[in-house]
Amino acid sequence: MTTAMIAVLGLLMVAAAILALLHKSLVTAILSAGAVSLVASIIYLFLAAPDVAMTEAAIGSALTTVVFLFALSRLREKHTAGEGAAEPHAEGKEHVDG
Amino acid sequence: MANRVVALVIIAGLAVILFPLVREVGFPSETPELAERYISASAEDLAAANVVTAVVVTYRGLDTLGEVTVLFAATAGVGYVMTRRRRREEHAVAEGRDVGMHSGIECLRPARSGQGPSEILRTASGFLAPVLLVFGVYIFVHGHLTPGGGFQGGVIIASSVVLGIFGAPERRLGHRLMTVLESVSGIVYVVIALLGMVLAAGFLDPTFLPLGEVGSLLSAGAIPIIYSVVGIKVGAELAGVVDRLRTQEEK
Repeated sequence: MTTAMIAVLGLLMVAAAILALLHKSLVTAILSAGAVSLVASIIYLFLAAPDVAMTEAAIGSALTTVVFLFALSRLREKHTAGEGAAEPHAEGKEHVDG
Repeated sequence: MANRVVALVIIAGLAVILFPLVREVGFPSETPELAERYISASAEDLAAANVVTAVVVTYRGLDTLGEVTVLFAATAGVGYVMTRRRRREEHAVAEGRDVGMHSGIECLRPARSGQGPSEILRTASGFLAPVLLVFGVYIFVHGHLTPGGGFQGGVIIASSVVLGIFGAPERRLGHRLMTVLESVSGIVYVVIALLGMVLAAGFLDPTFLPLGEVGSLLSAGAIPIIYSVVGIKVGAELAGVVDRLRTQEEK
């Protein structure tokens, strides 16, 4: 039972990782990279390693995702700022949905 | 095209190298000798109910000190890079040079382009952030009894700070307070480690305080103190890093 569960979760992890690589939207990619860690932490729980599971869930899926999202919003600010400089009066905010 | 071929070759090579390892994964039928020793001795030597904590803080305590040092170096690096960039931009602004919108002075108005936190996020984070903070403290104070410890508790504290940042972007994090917390807890960690050398068997030996009863909050010698200090340090560092990434342009 546990082995089957771990196999299913492992496949889910691989699927999320592939989604993170291939998806067009960067936000979706970041979130599914976080999902990889979340599923990994569930697997650690099944393997009787709650300490590792907590670390993986907190760092891998929470904090890393947040840092990536901050970086992404920063890049977009730069991007829109670049547009604004080329065209002084343009309110170049359309790029936020990237 | 050539890049793809190279990437595929590298991946195939890694698969060939790593596949034999995958076949050996499995549950060992008997506990290895060292693990056996840790499991049987940790309750006796240290009165720690959580064997993992006993290993992390005491038997492999030097590794933990190393990890804390690595984290400290990383935080210091982020602080250095971010602060320098801010200074440069402030300097440019002071000289009246046009630094463009990406200096961030424009971009970091609390509700930029009308997308400040929604009412739901604001209210929910106001409720949840303090609860998460207390939970993080609980995790590292009970590190010697239940799963988790300094690192996990510290990261949970940092998450609660991040939630607070999301809910109220205009609120500032006291960087000076963070630095003081981080430095003091780091120094306390090393002092406790040295006390172990003077009063007990060696560096990072926590048995110089009374061991107490297995399973009670005040037990396991200095382990709860060490883990609390690690928790405060990790929490302050990570919260500081995330906040710096957000507010590097703020004055």
